[in-house]
Amino acid sequence: MARRSTSGRAGQGTWWAGLPGLAYLVALVLAPLVIIVIFSFLSRAKLGVGVKWEFTVQPYVELFYSESLSGERSFDPTYLQIFFNSVVYSLITAVACLVLSIPIALWIATRPPKWRTLLVFLVTIPFWTSLLIRTYAFVIILNDNGPINGALTGLGILSEPIPMLYTPFATIVGLVYSFLPFMILPIYASAERFDFRLAEAAYDLGATKGRVLMRIVLPAVRPGIIAGLILVFIPALGSFLAPELLGGGKTSMIANVIAAQFGASRNWPFGAALSVMVLVIVMLALVAFAVVARRSSRRGSQQSLESLL
Amino acid sequence: MKSPRGTGTSLKNFPLFGPVAAIVFGFLYIPLVFVVGYSFNSNRVVTVWKGFSLEWYADVLTNDDIQRAVINSLRVASISTVLSVIFATGLAIGLLRMARAGKTAAWSLIMAPLVIPEIVFAIGTLALFVQIRFPLGVDAITLAHTAFCIPFALLPIRARLRSVDLTVYEAAADLGANEWVIFRRITLPLLAPGIVAGALLAFIISLDDFIVSYFLAGAGGTTLPVYIFGMIRNAITPGVNALSTLLLLVSVVIVTVSYIIARRRR
Repeated sequence: MARRSTSGRAGQGTWWAGLPGLAYLVALVLAPLVIIVIFSFLSRAKLGVGVKWEFTVQPYVELFYSESLSGERSFDPTYLQIFFNSVVYSLITAVACLVLSIPIALWIATRPPKWRTLLVFLVTIPFWTSLLIRTYAFVIILNDNGPINGALTGLGILSEPIPMLYTPFATIVGLVYSFLPFMILPIYASAERFDFRLAEAAYDLGATKGRVLMRIVLPAVRPGIIAGLILVFIPALGSFLAPELLGGGKTSMIANVIAAQFGASRNWPFGAALSVMVLVIVMLALVAFAVVARRSSRRGSQQSLESLL
Repeated sequence: MKSPRGTGTSLKNFPLFGPVAAIVFGFLYIPLVFVVGYSFNSNRVVTVWKGFSLEWYADVLTNDDIQRAVINSLRVASISTVLSVIFATGLAIGLLRMARAGKTAAWSLIMAPLVIPEIVFAIGTLALFVQIRFPLGVDAITLAHTAFCIPFALLPIRARLRSVDLTVYEAAADLGANEWVIFRRITLPLLAPGIVAGALLAFIISLDDFIVSYFLAGAGGTTLPVYIFGMIRNAITPGVNALSTLLLLVSVVIVTVSYIIARRRR
């Protein structure tokens, strides 16, 4: 076994085959992250594009305080509120995905094996289509002349359309739609390995269906549930398209504020500081989930990624 | 109440699971059906149906700006696919031989683009390119796409590599083949299905990307999703749906082919 870690065995390639790829990722994944952290401690450039190389913590101060024209500093909860909203929307999204995913994941896992692969494939197809188009689909569906309002007014249930587009509701529906496969797949991966004869045994011993579900099946798919919660919460938190196209101006999430700093607002250091805060929240979320799940969830999330491909 | 076949049937009788599953499948597909359906609407107002028409397809396919965006997208996607597959093949082989600590570090670096919110990755890359004065545009987008296509290309290749019987290498080495010959004549052909599946996935991930392309596009680098976003922001016509339908079609065909290749000869 000691030889495994050396490159001694003939013909299996060597560890340095991975070096070009790793070097590339250092340059184009690690370096951008490091630059973001550096930029968040620099001053705003005069023309707004780029930064001025002067150390400051001003970008982090701007997260909590705003300065009036006369230079007076006062507490301003605008950005805290946006962070809070983003976290809340992402949590609601994760829970809604969970509620929808448990029945379908368990239903697929209890089909005959030859059907399962096909059904899982059907779940993954939307994931591989453009997120922009999937989000745009809800612009059509939820707008005042859209099919939902059209049907409800057409049938005389409503006298005038309910405004659904450009509300937090639309944003959350878009987020749920975007990330639902990330919840279904890990739960399915856990359920597929579950020995359903255990449920059968409990059933034969007189347990009710609800009890079998709550006491036997759900604990068994817990690693999948935890992996799914991470896999939905994290991308939802950084979402740009759903709030941009479905939320309208009123329901911005963090990503929209970050994008604005690199666009119209032209305050790169502040945009970098916001990004650092996002990374901090992501890391806290990962740590929290890891503590809850210990090893099982990490295995689960990797399996779910692999089952996706 | 005991089931005749013995396994897995107690939950099949669960009330509501089947219907909820059907509703969720509907939720996954009906929005896409609306996108496709309204692309044939002859009315300018997308959601008010007037009659069947293919005029929006003709409109979209003859638009010069759209043609340029399509060419940009195809160029970005093909080059970043080739690059990411080369890196991913090397990584798949290298990871097998790495010591445990190195493997963990390498794996977190590879998977980082999947965990970091895309907006952060996008503006980080923008900041990097502006700082080193690398011009924004098609090439900048290609370099960034290559990075986040690597994990998608890697997973099928790695799955394939792990299913290979290691004794074929020992046999080849015993017969006197050197490392390069073994790679060319044995590893590569064995990995081929994984490499093709990985390449197809990398291609659609790049083709469909919006956020990174949006920030790195500069003046001349408009890709198809960036163009579609602009259309949605300006005026929504069934033309958006026609273009979206074509892009959906490409994604679905490619992912289906990738799925078939990956499942064959496992």
